[in-house]
Amino acid sequence: MSAGPEISQAFVVCISAVFTQNILLTYFLGLCPFLGVSREVKTAVGLGLAVVFVLTTTCMLNWLVYKYVLVPLELEFFRFIIFIIVIAAFVQLVEMVIDRYSPFLYQKLGVFLPLITVNCAILGASLFMVIRGYSFIVTIGYGLGSGLGWLLAIIAMAGIRQRLANDRIPEGLQGPGITLIIAGLMALAFMGFSGVLQGR
Amino acid sequence: MILDVLIAVAVVSSIGTVLAALLALCEHFLANYGPCQININDERDISVQGGKPVLSTLVAEKIFIPSACGGRGTCGLCKLKVLEGAGPLLPTEEPFLEKEEVESSVRLSCQVKVRNDLKIEIPPELFAIREYVCKCAEITDLTHDIKQFRFELVEPDRIEFIAGQYIQLLAPVYKKGGEEVYRAYSVSSDPARKDNVETIIRLVPGGICTTYCFDYLKVGDEVRLNGPYGEFRLSDTSAPMVFIAGGSGMAPIKCILHQMKNTGNKRKATYYFGASKVEELFLLNEMREFEAELADFTFVPVVAATGDHENWSGEVGLVTEAVKRNLKDASDHEAYLCGSPGLIDASINVLKELGMTEQAIFYDKFN
Repeated sequence: MSAGPEISQAFVVCISAVFTQNILLTYFLGLCPFLGVSREVKTAVGLGLAVVFVLTTTCMLNWLVYKYVLVPLELEFFRFIIFIIVIAAFVQLVEMVIDRYSPFLYQKLGVFLPLITVNCAILGASLFMVIRGYSFIVTIGYGLGSGLGWLLAIIAMAGIRQRLANDRIPEGLQGPGITLIIAGLMALAFMGFSGVLQGR
Repeated sequence: MILDVLIAVAVVSSIGTVLAALLALCEHFLANYGPCQININDERDISVQGGKPVLSTLVAEKIFIPSACGGRGTCGLCKLKVLEGAGPLLPTEEPFLEKEEVESSVRLSCQVKVRNDLKIEIPPELFAIREYVCKCAEITDLTHDIKQFRFELVEPDRIEFIAGQYIQLLAPVYKKGGEEVYRAYSVSSDPARKDNVETIIRLVPGGICTTYCFDYLKVGDEVRLNGPYGEFRLSDTSAPMVFIAGGSGMAPIKCILHQMKNTGNKRKATYYFGASKVEELFLLNEMREFEAELADFTFVPVVAATGDHENWSGEVGLVTEAVKRNLKDASDHEAYLCGSPGLIDASINVLKELGMTEQAIFYDKFN
């Protein structure tokens, strides 16, 4: 198989993972940090970038582990456990490495890594890539797209919440309540994107 | 079949082992920051292994810093001053710190890692914070919705606290689908009685902890609490004092009165105790005893309205009005307030009208 069509498929998968199949707003995965760390745009960007990085790299890693370890040994059913171990170990490793060698990167990105180790969006993306039978290149596109989609959603949410900070919100809705309602409205808006790609 | 299972188990275990070994190696070579010294309050140095957050490092040294989220950077309670060695402010800390705090090197101790020698400042009272297992020894009805609880300390069996501080009481799960909660209550007992903690609690309809205390807690039950916490306390000055508190807000004031008695404090003090009706007043005899025993203490109960056939010769009206009637110039006074936000805000307004500065008003607001 030549790489050309695969790259274009990876591109399409990437774009749809950002918009129509947004892992946060259509599958509602990775909600915990989405609700917890979306009070300020600046923090949200840092966390979002960490998710992009971890999602892309762990999807690739897990693809390799799946293809070259689990499939030959016929242990596909173990992918839940194996994926989560791989993710946790990898994230810890990365954190230790940048903590040691790049204080700047650690300050911008590293501090968020422990927050997302057990994020279900990360595991979810790895499992989806297996279920949908993506090739390695498409998987890269998918991981990157899912991460970017998550980043986009949390930045938008943080922007909205910053504007809401000075508004008078009914007491019972303050905090998670209003945030969930906003998430619902954003999900509706993102559904609109599926119309754009209908002709695909 | 059995072979399959064995292979599966072996594979998963070996993948796990390889990754764990890899991590252990990395931890040994990368996250090994060697032994570090933490200087606390310029008083003592502790020697710790570097690489972990300050919070967990201190907990391992049996120094408990308040934290509700367990070090995940979401509650913002574990603030400490890290004077040297903390590195730049992290984005995970920013949302929890005010500008003044950043300027005075306050940091979240769960986010700052021990990478080198540190110099930190821990408020001395935090050294005293512990968890206590107690026995509920006495429950006394004070009014129809206020009770006094006495807890006998079991393990540890002594507590040191400053009059005015509060403890956090654990309400265990007492009905299906409930959850454990901690709620803060001021200590009302004599600080000299170190084997007991007393507190005054008003029933909050629907409140998790107060419902537990009123409907479920029985004499003899085991109770858990931790503390002491809080900055509400008597100042070192000799200025005359005004205490204003209503309902269960009497707790810290009563505690302060005990302390004044113990230390032979001769400051002039007047306690305005507000209630809506005569039968809502309580512990009047104890307050009269304080009047007799303290050098210059006056107890002024104030009721908002009296019934027709009630024999009440004391103050009537709002507690803030009574303060105004009795005190013409408060500019050299200090005020200690405890109660609902409404009472406190109203009191602050009145005291300012009477010439008191904001620095001389101390309060403990219930939320």
